[in-house]
Amino acid sequence: MRKLAIIGIGLIKWGELWEKSIRQIAAEAISKCLEDAGTDRIDAMTIGNMSGGLFNGQEHLSSLIPDHLGRKNIPAMRIESACASGGMAVRTACLEVASGFSDYAIAVGVEKMTDISGNEATYALATAADQDYEAFHGVTFPGLYAMMAKAHMDRYGTTRDQLSSVVIKNHYNGSLNPNAQFPFKITSDQVLKSPMVSDPLRLLDCSPITDGAAAVLITTLEEAKKLKKQPVFISGIGHASDSIALSSRKDILKLEAVELSTDKALKMAGKSIRDIDFAEVHDCFSIAEIMILEALGVVAPGEGGKASSDGLTGLNGNFPVNPSGGLKSKGHPVGATGVAQICEAVTQLRGEAGERQLKNIRTGLTQNMGGSAGSSVVHILEVI
Amino acid sequence: MQVPRYWREIPKRYRLEAAQCKKCLNISFPEKFSCPECGSRDFKTIKLSGKGKISTHTIIRIAPEGFNDQVPYGMGIIEMDEGPRIMAQITDCDPEKLKTGDRMIYQFRRIREDGSTGVIMYAYKFVPDVGI
Amino acid sequence: MTGIVGYGTKIPRYRIKVEEIAKVWGADAPTYKRGLNLNEKSVPAPDEDCATLSVNAALNALKRAEIDPADIGAVYVGSESHPYAVKPTGTIVSEAIGACPYVHTADLEFACKAGTEGMFIALNLVESGAVPYALAIGADTSQGAPGDALEYSAAAGAAAFIMGKDNLIAELKDTHCFMTDTPDFWRREYKHYPEHGGRFTGAPAYFKHVTGAVDAILGKTNMKPDDFKYVIFHQPNGKFPVLVAKKLGFTEQQYLPGLLSPTLGNTYSGSSPMGFAATLDIAKPGDLILLISYGSGAGSDAFIFETTEKIDEVRNRAPKLRTQLDEHKIYIEYGTYAKFRKKILLPN
Repeated sequence: MRKLAIIGIGLIKWGELWEKSIRQIAAEAISKCLEDAGTDRIDAMTIGNMSGGLFNGQEHLSSLIPDHLGRKNIPAMRIESACASGGMAVRTACLEVASGFSDYAIAVGVEKMTDISGNEATYALATAADQDYEAFHGVTFPGLYAMMAKAHMDRYGTTRDQLSSVVIKNHYNGSLNPNAQFPFKITSDQVLKSPMVSDPLRLLDCSPITDGAAAVLITTLEEAKKLKKQPVFISGIGHASDSIALSSRKDILKLEAVELSTDKALKMAGKSIRDIDFAEVHDCFSIAEIMILEALGVVAPGEGGKASSDGLTGLNGNFPVNPSGGLKSKGHPVGATGVAQICEAVTQLRGEAGERQLKNIRTGLTQNMGGSAGSSVVHILEVI
Repeated sequence: MQVPRYWREIPKRYRLEAAQCKKCLNISFPEKFSCPECGSRDFKTIKLSGKGKISTHTIIRIAPEGFNDQVPYGMGIIEMDEGPRIMAQITDCDPEKLKTGDRMIYQFRRIREDGSTGVIMYAYKFVPDVGI
Repeated sequence: MTGIVGYGTKIPRYRIKVEEIAKVWGADAPTYKRGLNLNEKSVPAPDEDCATLSVNAALNALKRAEIDPADIGAVYVGSESHPYAVKPTGTIVSEAIGACPYVHTADLEFACKAGTEGMFIALNLVESGAVPYALAIGADTSQGAPGDALEYSAAAGAAAFIMGKDNLIAELKDTHCFMTDTPDFWRREYKHYPEHGGRFTGAPAYFKHVTGAVDAILGKTNMKPDDFKYVIFHQPNGKFPVLVAKKLGFTEQQYLPGLLSPTLGNTYSGSSPMGFAATLDIAKPGDLILLISYGSGAGSDAFIFETTEKIDEVRNRAPKLRTQLDEHKIYIEYGTYAKFRKKILLPN
């Protein structure tokens, strides 16, 4: 297997991009990525996208996006794994290069979610759950994570304030990120006063509906040395799945796909979680970040809430999480999220993160998951 | 047109038909291609009693398309007395008063309509087991 | 011998009081309360309809009958509020209780008489030997036009009876019917609410047919009112059944156990069958019970049943009607009621 490096990243400002279509935002992110890398070369393209069909009535992005970009003959394919589509697209681009099939593979993640109404978007997102045995009955994603939050509170005594501490921290980080959808700080009081979406989760516990795109260019370590930017080494990749229905799990507080994908990635990188300096994780809801901290092995099961409110995960904490602002503040255009996590890790490792720059870091981890953690993909990135 | 997808699940949705592994006796609801416990593909169909308790729950206040007229509604994972856990709506109650461990019982209910002209979809829901 | 092997009922948990409806329409609540002997009525939840009430009542009947649902050879659902204009309710019920596929089903409609119609057919099919067991259900989620007198009474509920030949809890002694073409109440195709003939629904309609059926069955069997322990009439309100009972010479002790309308309302096809179920809940072995339905259009079915020793054994296997009617009620105001009953104009 050939060694992999990221040599370019491209991220656009996320939000409600009323005037732009899915093809336009994808092309913009790709273009920025190529500019960052200082090359135009693309041997293969992977496209992370959850549901162009439901959000935009548009499938066949593997033709649409290269066509609009003006690179219509590129071999492209769309990768779908719900909200983990972006991370899976990066992983697939890695396989292209690692196998020797391509030398330069670009992974683009894109989701254009505001072309439909809020109810329709809620439905589209709910298709990531078991359609016949969860979504059919009227459950939503906030509902599924609310049940996990309820169970976490019941079993471990996790508190409302601990959930809020994740939200407040991520919005603080996001306030320092010019690309974030909601780049402002919020207070505990604001969280408490936000409307209940699915008890105990309030509106400000939930990641938003976002239009966005992100891209990363991957090549071999050898090729990377020929280019202008400091390459970032991809030393570990892990991927696992779990039952799609939350009700099928023996323990709904055990994110098995996250645990297994983390273990695999660490093993491939020859590292333990103690060697990781920071992480970008899938905080689709406040409770998710708490449970992921536990699944990564950063803290013991049940201690994620306390660790969050104690400041472990802040920019100056011992294990900074989501310096970008996370899905919560930066936005969550589902298919783009996993790619954007890599962009943030690269930005941090290059030392280009400006006001939110972490100090003394060499190794970062990204974790991206689909549905109620029915799939998870982890990447480990290192400064060379 | 959701008819075929709705129709083929009817035995499970109407009658709580589950699959019991003949080898290890584990019960799957809905049935699986092979037993998640022992891998056997030898099952027999059994009917769940419809009795169980709340394992975890929430209140849906922002609903997906088709459920807007029912908000706020209770939703939970119900652990059946036979073992399997089922995601279902909890109806006929004040959802604010539901608690983990509350006893629940099956009822046959309307889930949603496919618009005003389409098919009406029915399935199991759960209600507090108060003896009515 | 032919008769009933199991019975079950279902009443929605929601209730609305007469005062709450009267308040909205500027009507005089005491007129309805005293004049029609109505206090409150059941309201189906948004996720309940004739099919769900039927299934849940039938499952209670199965709990009492303790038979294999696959042995049920016929399923009849009587209702004026079948969920579909075209598509049977009977198949939904048969499938949900596990009677499919070797079963005959039909949906019946005869205003408030469709429930006993199914009972009549089911009893006779079993008697003939065509099927070992037959299930008959009377169920409705009836609607009165907003502001109309019917809005104070139109309620929801279901009763289900499984007929058989062995292990009877009540044996059928005799039946008689009384029908004429009398248009006192109707609903035209594609119309949401029914129309009625006002006071014409009284003497030439309800009273003529109910007394006609009672006189006929008493004459046929050579019996008189005090031979019966209990009597159940169709109950469009709380007043008519009491008036007709007195007119025919029945006493309060005989009709009160089956008189549900003052706190239930009129459950249409479910009405007299539910009164009958409430009576079975308290009857002793050997009691003679007279059941008379009424359906606008118009006609009455009369039945005489005699309870057996088995009744004491089965009644506690499922919730009793009075428990469903009197306990765990949830009162709603008119706005919620209007939403539940889809009386609010929505964009689509």
